[in-house]
Amino acid sequence: MSKVAEIFETLEYGPAPEAAGPALEWLEKYGKKFGHFIDGEFSKPAKTFASTNPASGEKLADISEGSKADVDKAIKAARAAFAGWSALSGFERAKYLYAIARQIQKESRLFAVLETLDNGKPIRETRDIDIPLVARHFYHHAGWAQHIEKSFPDHAPYGVCGQIIPWNFPLLMLSWKIAPALAAGNTVVLKPAEFTSLTALLFAEICGRIGLPKGVVNIVTGAGETGEAIVTHPGIDKIAFTGSTEVGKIIRRATAGSGKGLSLELGGKSPFIVFDDADLDSAVEGLVDAIWFNQGQVCCAGSRLLVQESIEEKFIAKIKARMATLRVGDPLDKSIDIGALVAPVQVERVLDLLKAGRKEGGEFYSPDMPVPEQGYFVRPTLVTGISPAHTLASEEIFGPVLVAMSFRTPEEAVALANNTRYGLAASVWTENVNLALDIAPQLKAGVVWINSTNQFDAAVGFGGYRESGFGREGGREGMRAYLKPDWEKALKAVPPKAASAKAGTTRNDKMSIDRTAKLYIGGKQARPDSGYARPVIGTDGQMLGEVGEGNRKDIRNAVEAARGALDWGKATAHLRSQILYYLGENLDYRKAEFADRIRAMTGASANAAKREVDLSVERLFAFGGWADKFDGAVHNPPARMMAVAMVEPIGVLAIAAPDESPLLGAVSLLAPAMAMGNTVVLVPSEPHPLAMTDFYQVLETSDVPAGVVNIVTGPKRDLARTLAEHDGIEGIWFAGSLEDSTMVEAASAGNVKQSWTTRGLGFDWTAREMEGPHLLDRATQIKNVWVPYGA
Amino acid sequence: MSLKIVDTRPQAPAHRRNPGFPLDLDWIGRVRMNRSALERRAATIGTRRTVKKDYQLAWLLKAITLMDLTTLNSDDTSGRVERLCAKARNPLRADLVEAMGVERLGIKPAAVCVYHNFVATAVKALEGTGIPVAAVSTAFPHGLTPLKIRLAEIEASVEDGAQEIDIVIERRLVLNGEWEELYDQVRAMREACGEAHIKTILGTGELATLTNVARASLVCMLAGADFIKTSTGKEKTNATLPTSLAMVRMIRWFFEETGIEIGYKPAGGISKAKDALSYMALMKEELGRKWLEPHLFRFGASSLLTDIERQIEHGVTGHYAADYRFAMA
Repeated sequence: MSKVAEIFETLEYGPAPEAAGPALEWLEKYGKKFGHFIDGEFSKPAKTFASTNPASGEKLADISEGSKADVDKAIKAARAAFAGWSALSGFERAKYLYAIARQIQKESRLFAVLETLDNGKPIRETRDIDIPLVARHFYHHAGWAQHIEKSFPDHAPYGVCGQIIPWNFPLLMLSWKIAPALAAGNTVVLKPAEFTSLTALLFAEICGRIGLPKGVVNIVTGAGETGEAIVTHPGIDKIAFTGSTEVGKIIRRATAGSGKGLSLELGGKSPFIVFDDADLDSAVEGLVDAIWFNQGQVCCAGSRLLVQESIEEKFIAKIKARMATLRVGDPLDKSIDIGALVAPVQVERVLDLLKAGRKEGGEFYSPDMPVPEQGYFVRPTLVTGISPAHTLASEEIFGPVLVAMSFRTPEEAVALANNTRYGLAASVWTENVNLALDIAPQLKAGVVWINSTNQFDAAVGFGGYRESGFGREGGREGMRAYLKPDWEKALKAVPPKAASAKAGTTRNDKMSIDRTAKLYIGGKQARPDSGYARPVIGTDGQMLGEVGEGNRKDIRNAVEAARGALDWGKATAHLRSQILYYLGENLDYRKAEFADRIRAMTGASANAAKREVDLSVERLFAFGGWADKFDGAVHNPPARMMAVAMVEPIGVLAIAAPDESPLLGAVSLLAPAMAMGNTVVLVPSEPHPLAMTDFYQVLETSDVPAGVVNIVTGPKRDLARTLAEHDGIEGIWFAGSLEDSTMVEAASAGNVKQSWTTRGLGFDWTAREMEGPHLLDRATQIKNVWVPYGA
Repeated sequence: MSLKIVDTRPQAPAHRRNPGFPLDLDWIGRVRMNRSALERRAATIGTRRTVKKDYQLAWLLKAITLMDLTTLNSDDTSGRVERLCAKARNPLRADLVEAMGVERLGIKPAAVCVYHNFVATAVKALEGTGIPVAAVSTAFPHGLTPLKIRLAEIEASVEDGAQEIDIVIERRLVLNGEWEELYDQVRAMREACGEAHIKTILGTGELATLTNVARASLVCMLAGADFIKTSTGKEKTNATLPTSLAMVRMIRWFFEETGIEIGYKPAGGISKAKDALSYMALMKEELGRKWLEPHLFRFGASSLLTDIERQIEHGVTGHYAADYRFAMA
């Protein structure tokens, strides 16, 4: 029987290999040895280590491990290039980005094959997804380069950006980092992951080929130590990192107080929610794209299936049937769905987790399919019969392993979905648009895909909530991460004021009746847990009054109250706006009293004190006005979908108000936080807290719901530390010294809080900038909800 | 040609004809198809699976055996139909058959499909080949004549020797959700077909939504359809991969619930060998290898065969072929 006749019976797919030749020839061109790309040139290879093909375990090339000196050289080159690059017109920069996009398209197959060889992911993915998205990213950002001046007036690039990217989407992550940085006028030093540096080196070659000015893009290869050298280098103005949450936290601590911009795109354990009225077969196919895309090595992989109990059995059966038709094997084969994991260490991690998981129970299913003996392959696995307490339900596995749980009601689905320290992405499957759009805003995730999954586009921001990081990549929101307001760049450090006059104990005669301010927690004035009060001393050295000495437990109570009031974020923007106006109205009514108080505390002139109160009223009005206007956008990805960029509150915000401007400083921070729907725990000016304790009565008369604003007086530094370390706080703003700011930023790493600190810089609280979108950006995070449509 | 060759076709002996089932409106109400998701899946069928070299040749040969070689034009004549039947007898140039060593497979199309008026002509022209004649009866392509007349047309086609009847449904019944009426009509047509197999053409391009397509598929299967078929070839939009996914997934669901295997026939617009391979990959992926047999899968096609021949010649000889060097249908 002829071979054709045999195949006629079996109808097997047979092999369909993509040729590796051109990529291997390219490696050969460099003698299979690579240095770094610094100042427009490849350095001589040194301290090399092997980059291997995960599908075979064979060495592809030797690449260099970047030393401190290499990093220093690269940063110097980037610094030298910055002035010229940032001074180019937007159009000039656009032309370079456009040229890069064109080159990537021209070399698309070489890039795809090289990526597959180096990473182990199927050629279908590199060819159809990674590389086209890379080209799209550069095209999109060529446009931003030209439009920045109009879209982001009075903003400037950071300077030199240090960028550290992971191995799961090597070139795609490079493009997400480099395109917006360059568009904004920054220069970059990028370190690819040690497992997957080759496409970055080919990219470097292209930068040279198109004549990109030397030093604008520098690529330094290496592992963790090289990354550390970049992160801690004083010549870096901004760090952008994509990788594990663990390393993200290290970077947060390492950059604390440095003033370096920081965006982190970290891990995830994203829920994939299937309701009983979903198109179930399509949802199963969605799961294939969610967890068996790139071998499950995707930070936003839909790795946690939540399926409605009524359809659970049927749905699980469908998944198993579908898993059996997945093809695992040589990633260069065009008919392969699942390739190799990136490295033995990754295989080990996945298998270890599975082993640990087995001990905790659950049913494990893997289809009986052929898997190559060589190379780092792992069978797709489904784990059922587990609960959130199971290790596999909470740990990010970063492999082709899906865990499944059931829910009974939409409410329970949301609760289970949010029962995680991560918050990167979520998928929601239902044919009911009302249900879908009810669930999406309730999910704590930066990206929500309705009836779809793993959709990416340069025009749509991507990034996480919670421990999945902060900052966005892509679209308008992504550009913001590479630009800084001019006025903020111009801020200068001010020397800390000498400690105020020693504590007096004599009462000020003017105070007729004893008034000891309590704390303000949950809408009530509460006695401090400590049972102590601290004196407030006026400029004349006399005691103006006493305030509660807040401590850890008061912070705990305040955060409880603030968490309990999070429905504030669901209140209509109109209502929040009205309440801010009402606050302004009631403060204005008592402005003389507040001005007197400020004078007594700070020694400000009558005019200055009056101006501070007037500005505070104005600020409350300003943010009352913003509340229903600082809203989202609808992005247009190149597919029949809309991506709705919703502006959502951060959650519970901790605010440590500046010592100076005791009323205006606090109000300037409180008002934007409230306007955007956050609830707040505020620590007022330590030396001058009475302006804010007086404010209790303004809050009480202005219909502010209980728990939305909580105020704890006391030792600012200690209270701020407790707040920064509190996992129930999602963001922290700290106005104070560089030293304390550093402490706060480092302590905020625990749950990857978004932090904003003044670092001892001379912020002018009376400035117009303080009533604009600057703080609104910091009071919000953008969630992109992808909504495909079509009957 | 002897009948023996036909017998060697891997007709699944266990195949049970669809007996039909009571109309289940609750089931129909539960059918949901998400167009965007189906389109995304459909878009990757051809990019996730490909066949090369000998595999491609074998798959293309298979495609020929899955083909309802069709002529459905208003200007059809006996001469035209006879020419089509002649092509059906010899679908592939002998030198190519020989080069691949597949003489034993006796590659033949699955059926020849014509208007009622040419059934007798085709039956005669195909005598001894074992190739059945399919007739588009029931007021093709619109289906808008009295039911009585459509049933009579079926009976006449069967009487003339048609072994397969491709009926069309009234699209209005789907658009208005008149499932009982649709069910009753198809049921009656099925009865009129008797032993002849019935393929129900949905006219998917005129059913507005993929959920409608899926629901109509289910009603036809419950009413006893042997095959569900996309299009007459006369609608603005004919067979597409997303539509096929919707229908094929209903076939799968029907099988899960009833144990009965229903055939699928995309028709209209499938004219390239590459398209045919995508459809076959779709069948294999969604329903399995089993559904790549003529009793469960057909292409309705007219110009597809020539393109397949060209690709086969390229595969065999390594050089590109021209269509005029193959016998026209």
